[in-house]
Amino acid sequence: MNDLLVADSVSKNFGDFRALNDVSISVPKGSIFGLLGPNGAGKTTLIRIINQITMPDTGRVLLDGEPLQPEHVRNIGYLPEERGLYKSMKVGEQALYLAQLKGLSKTEAKQRLKYWFDKLEIGDWWNKKIQELSKGQAQKIQFIVTVLHQPKLLIFDEPFSGFDPINANLIKDEILQLRDEGATVIFSTHRMESVEELCDHIALIHKSNKVLDGKLTDIKRQFKTNTFEVGLQTDRVDEVTKIIKEKFEVFPSTFRNLNDDVKLNIKLNATDTSNDLLSFLTSKAQVHHFVEVVPSANDIFIQTVKNN
Amino acid sequence: MNHLPLIIKREYITKVKNKSFIVMTFVSPLIMVALFAVVAYLSQLNNDKERTIAVLDETGVLSEEFVNTEHTTYTILTDTNLETAKELTKAKEDFGLLYISKSNDTVNVISSVQFFSDESPSLGIMTSLEKKIEKKLEDAKLIKNGVDIEQIEASKTDITIAQETFTGEKTSKIDSYLKLAFGGAAGYLLFMFIIIYGNMIMRSVIEEKTSRIIEVIISSVKPIQLMMGKIIGTSLAGITQFAIWVILGSILTLVASAVLGINLSELQTPQQEMMNEAMKNPEIANEIQLGLQSFFNLPIANLVIAFMFFFIGGFLLYSSLYAAVGAAVDNETDTQQFMMPILMPLILAVYVGIFTVIEDPHGTVSTVFSFIPFTSPVVMLMRIPFGVPIWQQVLSFAILLCTFVFTVWFAAKIYRVGILMYGKKPSYKELYKWIKY
Repeated sequence: MNDLLVADSVSKNFGDFRALNDVSISVPKGSIFGLLGPNGAGKTTLIRIINQITMPDTGRVLLDGEPLQPEHVRNIGYLPEERGLYKSMKVGEQALYLAQLKGLSKTEAKQRLKYWFDKLEIGDWWNKKIQELSKGQAQKIQFIVTVLHQPKLLIFDEPFSGFDPINANLIKDEILQLRDEGATVIFSTHRMESVEELCDHIALIHKSNKVLDGKLTDIKRQFKTNTFEVGLQTDRVDEVTKIIKEKFEVFPSTFRNLNDDVKLNIKLNATDTSNDLLSFLTSKAQVHHFVEVVPSANDIFIQTVKNN
Repeated sequence: MNHLPLIIKREYITKVKNKSFIVMTFVSPLIMVALFAVVAYLSQLNNDKERTIAVLDETGVLSEEFVNTEHTTYTILTDTNLETAKELTKAKEDFGLLYISKSNDTVNVISSVQFFSDESPSLGIMTSLEKKIEKKLEDAKLIKNGVDIEQIEASKTDITIAQETFTGEKTSKIDSYLKLAFGGAAGYLLFMFIIIYGNMIMRSVIEEKTSRIIEVIISSVKPIQLMMGKIIGTSLAGITQFAIWVILGSILTLVASAVLGINLSELQTPQQEMMNEAMKNPEIANEIQLGLQSFFNLPIANLVIAFMFFFIGGFLLYSSLYAAVGAAVDNETDTQQFMMPILMPLILAVYVGIFTVIEDPHGTVSTVFSFIPFTSPVVMLMRIPFGVPIWQQVLSFAILLCTFVFTVWFAAKIYRVGILMYGKKPSYKELYKWIKY
């Protein structure tokens, strides 16, 4: 059993609106799983089903091979996108309360909170009220509360919103460390650069349907266009460009470097290999730059959503 | 996992530690008592005012009726006419002038009595003046008709019907008043409690929504647990506040009356006079004895137990609806349209209680309303002092309980969906849809 979480043909209707249509995902143990999709696609509904906040109409969800049960909330840490804390409650009291709701004993919760407060250097916030903290500071508390009970499965919905770059980085490192310590992470965001950085698996939900899923590298391979970014140095710019255009499909390129005269994205012909292209180019000009164009998560996202 | 105690504890502690709650708890009895003290003081001041009333009695037979009292001095004018009397009264800055014109026939005097004054006199003054004249004229008429007044006095009877139930319990009219007071107080207390603390529950649900903590919480606990925890925690805070009010209120009243020398219980002077008079009358004194007796005759055990059951049942029934309303909206201003259907039966219950239970505690209307679940807590509490058969109480409570279970189910459905809905103010149609989600 390598998947920590399996959603199997999950569907959910709200009145006449179908929020999820037969969606299945498998989240491998120890992975960071990117749950992507445009606004209103159904991500939050799926996340709420995993958290047992909403029940699916059909389909089932397995955690560690068992159908979800109320006891499983101890094993899940959820940082929702719509998040907040009791404004007039003190930081320490509040963290203790939320930890106890997750099943920790008071003494244990205190101990772990102390560890985290020391780690993030916020020990002196204990007796402050949430309303005295800035948004980013409150988010830190929220993050601690989410991970405090050491859940097997962590679900972060836009975890970096409200953080400055330094703190966002800090939280990112914490997430990676938690993953290394054995936690599995479901990560929902619209910031594709953090998907590139963190996720090893992704699933894309669009208009209530899952339209794409798998290992990020596999998906990228699937989406590659056999196009190479090429930078050449030559005196005969027009002539070389013309020769290449005659033989290959060519797109303009925008990469930056110091002194290339010709910059092109060149698509391989069906039968050619990259070596064929390279030897063709070396025979015409000085090759300074030769890189395969790898589709970014952003490209994949936009392309998939547009095509569906 | 049962988090209910944890949630109740948090709700209770947050409520009790809340600054405005503390201020409300300790300042409002102070304000209330201060207000009463001021009113009492002022009305006493008013009573202490001495006034002089000039009387010009041209018939000459009525003058002897006007005997000076503590606050009113009567000056009997003689050998003068109305105009000079008016001038005189004005010049002396007396309160007013009572003018009884000369008349051949005592009967005609009735239409010829006038009162002149700068400011219009109070109802009390006029009534007392009219009484004095009426009495005299009545006697005069009786004599004229050849009736012996002494005989009439002698034949006056005052009867108090001794009431006794078939089971031998002695009752009296005072007994009825006492029952009414008990029932009314219990019903009204419940009414106030529902309105004050129902609103508090609603606000606390809205607060969880606006602070966006709700999704964090319900990823750990079931919405119904959260809702019940809120209701119970807030009720406990409410009971605490009520208890403090009662204790503080009584202490302050004692202190205030001691310090200011005002007897607050004798605020309303007419009643006070009646009471004083009653004390002198041995029969009524006897009745008070009987009233005291009947207090102990009240079905106290039944009263206390029924009060607890119906109070808790009624409060939970309504507060779950308040919680549902809180969950359905984003801010307090949006609650209006949902408040009406909650308040209507509650107000209806109080009116039914006040108007029909007094009239006939076991009549059809009060009996029916004491079974309808949304009015039964208030109406039944008002009826019980008059003796309601146990089977009726049990049946009514059973109906209340069933409705409560249904209401909580219904409220929980709306709550569950509502707490995650932001932005739009829902319509009733949408609420209906939520139930089916």
